[in-house]
Amino acid sequence: MRIFDPHIHMTSRTTDDYERMAAAGVRAVVEPAFWLGQPRTNVGSFTDYFDSLVGWEPFRAGQFGIRHHATIALNPKEANDPRCRPVLDELPRYLEKDGVVAVGEIGYDSMTPEEDDAFAAQLALAVAHDLPAMVHTPHRDKARGVERSLAVVAESGIAPQRVVLDHLNETTVKLVRDTGCWLGFSIYPDTKMSPPRMVELLKAYGTERVLVNSAADWGRSDPLLTRATGEAMLGAGFTDDDVDRVLWRNPVEFYGQSGRLDLTDDDLAEPTFAGNSILRGGS
Amino acid sequence: MTVDELRAALRGVPDPDWLATALDRVAAEPTAIARFFPAAGRRCGRHDLPDLPGWTADEAARALLLASLRTDHAEQAGALYRTGDAAEKRAVLKALPMLPIGAAGTPLLHDAIRTNDTRLVAAALGPYARHLDPPAWRQAVLKCVFTGVPLAAVADLDSRADGELAEMLAALAAERRAAGRSMPADATELLDRLTAASQPQPREV
Repeated sequence: MRIFDPHIHMTSRTTDDYERMAAAGVRAVVEPAFWLGQPRTNVGSFTDYFDSLVGWEPFRAGQFGIRHHATIALNPKEANDPRCRPVLDELPRYLEKDGVVAVGEIGYDSMTPEEDDAFAAQLALAVAHDLPAMVHTPHRDKARGVERSLAVVAESGIAPQRVVLDHLNETTVKLVRDTGCWLGFSIYPDTKMSPPRMVELLKAYGTERVLVNSAADWGRSDPLLTRATGEAMLGAGFTDDDVDRVLWRNPVEFYGQSGRLDLTDDDLAEPTFAGNSILRGGS
Repeated sequence: MTVDELRAALRGVPDPDWLATALDRVAAEPTAIARFFPAAGRRCGRHDLPDLPGWTADEAARALLLASLRTDHAEQAGALYRTGDAAEKRAVLKALPMLPIGAAGTPLLHDAIRTNDTRLVAAALGPYARHLDPPAWRQAVLKCVFTGVPLAAVADLDSRADGELAEMLAALAAERRAAGRSMPADATELLDRLTAASQPQPREV
């Protein structure tokens, strides 16, 4: 089973995790920029973090044979702090980096006017830099947050197939499915989604435009829940090809739209995969 | 390494027009380099260049971009290093010996050697490392041994290695022996050469 975790905060994880992930079949990850639990108070704190997402963390991942990419953004929570807002001016130079495959995590936390502004401004950056967008949906008042996010996405003019709305569940999946946006699901030990519930959603809605991630971070989370979901799928009668689509080809297709995914190692190349050329990006 | 060799080695890149345009633009307008530098990997590829051992296409293209500047080489190299991802930083380090900047790029070497990214440490120990003073250079060589960077990456190794470095290597070897761990073969060989050189020569009869 080859696994591409399209949302995981490796900065918060240990080398033990990298070792276990590699052993479980994880060969590529995307690490979205988000908040660190402790609020940041200045721009330099963000740029050091972004630099590590395009510098040290890919090096660390590479030691375990895992390809690391990032998404860069001012997250919705910290968009509310005026000391952090100037981070928006720093984003364009990061959005030109090879390892940056989307603008994200953007979206809503508490649905404030400040979050509205940062969300719209960063969707415009995604269009300007020809990148997909990765939208975090709020944990509180989620359904209304999803609806409002979809409205902002529609207004921005970005193509829906270049947007993923993440952290969806049973109550929000339908809102997103008919818009053409991608559907992201985070599998957690006790909140968000679980492997058995994810399998039920896949049975009901199919595997198209679905991204399954562990969203593992500094909270209680588990980087191997992608694998557990793949096994639960097989246990429920899905084929190896279904699992490969959800856990590998779908994230490759979504983030491949950046033209910057670099999965060219011999051990990663799959000549049978029709979309192979997008792995090589513009080169 | 010369600019002409870089140019020749890059003849077969996937998008030669992009590179030619970028080089012209940078020569005409130095600040344009900030836009072209990060894109070089996507446009020129990241493969090893067969005609230029030790160089990848993106590194060579970025070094050429820096060399194409008419002025402000040190300032631009510093800014591109500071704002670069790991691959861009490595390319700046490798380009330093080709730029008319004297010792002005030395702080970048210190920064790279402080990191734990072995690709940056190795790139900092090329020919430009002649600007490192002996204590900094010895520490960097020892760091290579410690982190498994092959000593082939170190320019001027035998001409600069001295008794002080030999003592440091011998102490590391003793620590490794005590721990039941081995030294990299190239470090043991260097230590042997330094030890042999310091032995009094047998008198000729």
